[in-house]
Amino acid sequence: MTQLALVIDLNVCVGCHACVTSCKEWNTSGDAGPLVDMNPYDADPTGTFFNRVQTFEVGEYPTTETVHFPKSCLHCEEPPCVPVCPTGASYKRKEDGIVLVDYDKCIGCKYCSWACPYGVREVDAQRRVMTKCTLCVDRIYDQSIPEWDRKPACVRACPTTARLFGDIHDPDSQVSQAIRENGGYQLMPEWGTKPANHYLPRRKTRITVREDEIERADNPLKIDSQLPKPGRDEPSLDDVTSW
Amino acid sequence: MHPAFSVLFLTTLIGAGQGLFMALFWVETYALMGLVPAQDPGFHALGSALSLVLLGLGLFASFFHLGRPERAWRTATKWRTSWLSREVIVLPAFMGAVFVYGLAHWAGFNPSLGTLPGNQPVPLTMVLGIAGVILALALFVSTAMIYAAVKFLQEWHSPLTVVNYTLLGMASGFTLATALAAWAGNGLVPMLAGWAIILTLLGLVTRTASLIRNARIKPKSTLQTAIGIKHPRIQQKAQGFMGGSFNTREFFHHKSEGFVRMVKWTFLIATFLIPTVLLAAGVILPAEAVNLLVAAFVVQYIGLLAERWFFFAQANHPQNLYYQSAA
Amino acid sequence: MSTQTPAQEIKNTTCYMCACRCGIRVHLRDGEVRYIDGNPDHPINKGVICAKGSSGIMKQYSPARLTQPLRRKQGAERGAGEFEPISWTEAFSMLEERLGTIRDTDPKKFALFTGRDQMQALTGLFAKQFGTPNYAAHGGFCSVNMAAGMIYTIGGSFWEFGGPDLERSKLFVMIGTAEDHHSNPMKMAISKFKRDGGRFISINPVRTGYSAIADEWVPIRPGTDSALLLAIIHEIMAKGLYDRDFLVRYSNAGQLVNVDEANDAFGMFLRSEAAGDAAEGCYDPQDKLWWDRKSDRPVVTHTPDADPYLLGEFRLQDGTAAKPAFQLLQERVQEYTPEWAARITGIPADTIRRLAHEMGVTARDQRIELPIAWTDSWGVEHDSVTGNPVSFHAMRGLAAHSNGFHTIRALAILMSLLGTIDRPGGFRHKAPFPRPIPPCARPPKGPEAVQPGKPLDGMVLGWPADPDDLFVDEQGGPVRIDKAFSWEYPLAVHGLMHNVITNAWRGDPYKIDTLMIFMANMAWNSTMNTVEVRKMLNDRDENGEYKIPFLVVADAFQSEMTAFADLVLPDTTYLERHDVMSMLDRPISEYDGPIDSVRIPVVPPKGECKPFQEVLIELGSRLKLPAFTTPEGKRKFRDYPDFVVNYETEPGSGIGFLAGWRGKGGEKSLRGEPNPNQWEMYAKNNCVFHYELPKSYQYMRNWNKGYLEWSQRNRITRYAEPILIHLYSEVLMKFRAAAQGKGSSRRPPEHLAERVETYFDPLPFYYDPLECQSTDKHTYPLAAITQRPMAMYHSWDSQNAWLRQIHAHNVLFVNPVTAKNAGIGDDDWIWVESQWGKVRCMAKYSEAVEPGTVWTWNAIGKAAGAWNLTPRSNESRKGFLLNHLISEELPGTQGPISNSDPVTGQAAWYDVRVRIYKAAAEEPEVTSPQFDAMTPYPGQAKRPRIWNFFAAKGGKS
Repeated sequence: MTQLALVIDLNVCVGCHACVTSCKEWNTSGDAGPLVDMNPYDADPTGTFFNRVQTFEVGEYPTTETVHFPKSCLHCEEPPCVPVCPTGASYKRKEDGIVLVDYDKCIGCKYCSWACPYGVREVDAQRRVMTKCTLCVDRIYDQSIPEWDRKPACVRACPTTARLFGDIHDPDSQVSQAIRENGGYQLMPEWGTKPANHYLPRRKTRITVREDEIERADNPLKIDSQLPKPGRDEPSLDDVTSW
Repeated sequence: MHPAFSVLFLTTLIGAGQGLFMALFWVETYALMGLVPAQDPGFHALGSALSLVLLGLGLFASFFHLGRPERAWRTATKWRTSWLSREVIVLPAFMGAVFVYGLAHWAGFNPSLGTLPGNQPVPLTMVLGIAGVILALALFVSTAMIYAAVKFLQEWHSPLTVVNYTLLGMASGFTLATALAAWAGNGLVPMLAGWAIILTLLGLVTRTASLIRNARIKPKSTLQTAIGIKHPRIQQKAQGFMGGSFNTREFFHHKSEGFVRMVKWTFLIATFLIPTVLLAAGVILPAEAVNLLVAAFVVQYIGLLAERWFFFAQANHPQNLYYQSAA
Repeated sequence: MSTQTPAQEIKNTTCYMCACRCGIRVHLRDGEVRYIDGNPDHPINKGVICAKGSSGIMKQYSPARLTQPLRRKQGAERGAGEFEPISWTEAFSMLEERLGTIRDTDPKKFALFTGRDQMQALTGLFAKQFGTPNYAAHGGFCSVNMAAGMIYTIGGSFWEFGGPDLERSKLFVMIGTAEDHHSNPMKMAISKFKRDGGRFISINPVRTGYSAIADEWVPIRPGTDSALLLAIIHEIMAKGLYDRDFLVRYSNAGQLVNVDEANDAFGMFLRSEAAGDAAEGCYDPQDKLWWDRKSDRPVVTHTPDADPYLLGEFRLQDGTAAKPAFQLLQERVQEYTPEWAARITGIPADTIRRLAHEMGVTARDQRIELPIAWTDSWGVEHDSVTGNPVSFHAMRGLAAHSNGFHTIRALAILMSLLGTIDRPGGFRHKAPFPRPIPPCARPPKGPEAVQPGKPLDGMVLGWPADPDDLFVDEQGGPVRIDKAFSWEYPLAVHGLMHNVITNAWRGDPYKIDTLMIFMANMAWNSTMNTVEVRKMLNDRDENGEYKIPFLVVADAFQSEMTAFADLVLPDTTYLERHDVMSMLDRPISEYDGPIDSVRIPVVPPKGECKPFQEVLIELGSRLKLPAFTTPEGKRKFRDYPDFVVNYETEPGSGIGFLAGWRGKGGEKSLRGEPNPNQWEMYAKNNCVFHYELPKSYQYMRNWNKGYLEWSQRNRITRYAEPILIHLYSEVLMKFRAAAQGKGSSRRPPEHLAERVETYFDPLPFYYDPLECQSTDKHTYPLAAITQRPMAMYHSWDSQNAWLRQIHAHNVLFVNPVTAKNAGIGDDDWIWVESQWGKVRCMAKYSEAVEPGTVWTWNAIGKAAGAWNLTPRSNESRKGFLLNHLISEELPGTQGPISNSDPVTGQAAWYDVRVRIYKAAAEEPEVTSPQFDAMTPYPGQAKRPRIWNFFAAKGGKS
């Protein structure tokens, strides 16, 4: 069984928000759109976005880590938002595990958002239905676009390739491999929701320089500290001592 | 959570409606057992009508909670998994039961459907009433389980939520029934007031229990599990937007702690203390009973609105871990 | 639901949501922009796109757009933003008449200054043809120190000029760089670098953006970077971790400097008499001397088999004392110990030492060798290209200080000591760099270059090589309105846009008539001292005439600046026009060879918008400027695309704005006659021309014979001489010598002699930034700086409905320790005060900032009503501008002097010192200062209150 998902590599995410606006851009004019913007040129602009990048500071100065943290629907394998939906508008696709909302069935009761601990569902204030990440389901199977392009808009956009996309049930997929090899983890595992999306942690590269590595046989100071010999004619003790 | 007025009114209004109906049934049962004189069917009809009005208002309020109320009919489809769906089925069923019960009383159509051992006749209204009571209880459970079933809201995720919804709904309904009895002048005030006081005080016990429980809750999720980084000191600096979003509107009450505390004391006094006193006073001072008991209901209802507001405000959704700071 | 299937179309062009110039595919649905994604076949971004690029739709359809030419209403004050629409015919007549008169009388009274434009080749050409010296783009207030400091040292610089080879690097040190410069290419490269196991160190007062993912963050006090770099150099030299072979052969390390103080040539390199007169040219003649270790006597550099002493003191036969440049460098850094630097930078001495060791040991022990044969400038054949995998990137954090030039010199020297210049794993050039030190273009030499009715005699901007190249009058006074290339800022190679308004207002050095500003927000975030500069723009003389008589602003959006214009010219967006990223300006070249690119319109211009290029072509034709006129006096170019195809730098030169598909049939590249179908060929090829050099020409290009000759043949450079690294800068020494009264060149005016002598040190040195020198640091203990958010470019994006949701206002980030000491709580309203001004804003605690620094995002704060936001928008009520705290001038001995680097005139944005304190409880929770709200202009679209953007509504109900 296929379970499509995003794997987000916090080790390389610089927090540029490319995934945020490329998602908005694709989806507002796509099957999931339009995604409203309220007060777009007024106080407190607010709109529907499927994906947000947040910033956290971990630790205290000077050992602070600044962590940029993109977050969208995690397409849980046990999605708590699905059974609570009174109309069946919120559903998980059997064929690929994508959790979707049927906008024609949704009554906008917001109950699914209460049943999501991740805060990734947003009611569109204008259409008054629940919306969320679709993993760009209107891109990834679209035969009219070239195969390399059949990826979620955020994945296509991400300049640091911090967003990997694939089937986490296929052990040979790039995403499964990344999770396996780089310590991929799930958010809030305590709820048993089994998010399909995973995150890869920060990884540090260090260089250890040992004392004896600084001094070396090919140290150029061995050449450069050899200053010219004084000329034979220059004064010396030999000229003045006679005992 | 953000206390939405639609939901505050929905749950308190139908709670009172359910409670009122249960009080009517209680009276009928008492009467059947001869503990009180048999009542004029008009009293039950009127009570049922009042109950229906409350349920109808609640239903009306609920539509304000929906983004797409015109599609509300769809909600009945997922009763297997969704408490919300169940509530949507049970509410009209209950309303239907109340209507039929009230209609039967109003029309005086109350044939005996048989006899119980001991030659006790089984009047139609009694059967309708039992069905209604079962539906009322089912509705209490459905409504409360909408909240209690959300495991992420630890303040709600407890049997106490069901108990409280039931007891507080019944208390307010019995208080209203008491006022109605006073107005009808049918001598039921002491009995109903007694039950109303019992239910109110039981409600006080269970609601206080949930306050104590909630004060001790250790959130299951932390910032550490939310973003998967193990460090004792993590602070959010930016949540990704600055003008607010659904996630900052739906899950926060945006009120000060002082305000929340004030609401808590308001509901404790208004829901429990004052109504108890007024109910007792209504019994002691029959001349002023109508005014006192109507006041008891009004105060208790206002108290319940505050209680419900607090119920939402106190619930801390784990998603809020992701929405703490904008910059 | 529409029954019609909407027409879908994809068009390629180049992004302009920032200066990065990524390739984009614009998806149109029924002619409306539906989606913009990265072009996977584009060399810059290889298919990715950033937050800004993805929000291009909201720029295109923003209600802040100007749509018709506007004239200030009779009687309206400048700044009030009261305009009436006029036709282009009227606008052009007005300009033609006014500019024609100026050109026929005194061309310098017309000043043209542009912001972050990508058509400096055209704007510069227009200015030169007009005959005014008063032209520059944004470089002077952006990062000119970075360009000048490195180009005067290694013949190339970062960003558009070159960058770190992260593909092969093992250790990458980013210093003074926030989130852009580069944007996407840097993100892509860092990510790949990290995944390949490279170590990334970020040195910055603040940990945001790229620094966030660094393996190590080294917080540093702003303006002290040169102390750190000099201490690292100290340690590298002391431990022998420098690449001796590289320095000997490819830098002037071994060249002997005259150290006889009494000698008129003190500080100059000793030259071989045998080599004879070096031909006058903009290259480094190979006539300097080494003291050969083997023969123990002076020899001409690069004499076969010779090996110079790098250390020691020598005496020539005529008795002249001489030292190798390397020796002088060693003496210079002697006192710059890690302990000394620790006190200045706040970085522990052990950390500084460790950084030096990591760099030195990685460079030496992880040497790269590529099987690529090449020949050096001295004819020696090498069968491999080698490199040391330590790379750096730096930008405005180093540059925007008044000590930035020397800081950047120190960085370039450190990179050279590690042997990382144009080598794999280190720094790599991008064509047309490397260029001679300094490059050949020279500014005019005196006021006689400006003549009525004639083009300027000389380049409007150039690279002085000695004091005789300065653009000064007989008394040594400035000729340019911004005083660039004067003794105050001799190497002001990008001008000083930040002083233009103040100087013009004061009439110092003279009054001008017309100031034309293109896409620069000089009444807001692009100016220092914003409050006063806004007053200057509206100030009148005793006769009631404006001190700056005529102000023309060309922009696509209603900015704070447009409000002050007498005439507003509505520009197009990047999706509506032709553009060229020309080899004559700053092309998008990669390490492997020259690349230029174009923009091709994908949607028609909105309203009456007209590309500024077309405005210049039209004006150039009307004013009959020679380059725009046929010998018969007729208009030469139909429009801008026609100009791009047919313009040649000189008749028959074969060099034009675009290097690709030249020649009649497009068969030639770089040089060739105009090709009428050039645009079509760019259109067919992703809007890009990429000339990939042979592998053997891709490295060591300062001294790569093959490359240099190729470059000469293709007229990228005039000479094919090697470009030796200037550890020791004789160019700087020439200015110092003039100030010391030595040599035969021009002398500075007396009051500037000491300044020139001090700051034209041939070796880098540390000094406290000028503003800090004149600030009481006890009163103003904190440095205040800005960072650029990745989702915003300058002030451009507050009109963007999506991007402004991410950054609706800005706060001041303060280390909690610093804040608590000042009694400030998280999210408190505070005052930030410098000796020049104060602002009220909100404070936010951050553990990711050095305690002596406070910072905020750049240019989020807006004036009320600007950019067609409502006056109650967060940007103006809660957002603020740090610029109010920064002065464009500092007190000087003879009147004010620019708050800039004394060498280059680089605006010293990050030198300001502040103090912070809590705002009183009764104060309003609104940022201060506030300005009268702007109102929408005629022709601007109405602001929607709710916007359900769905491209081509026909596609969905």
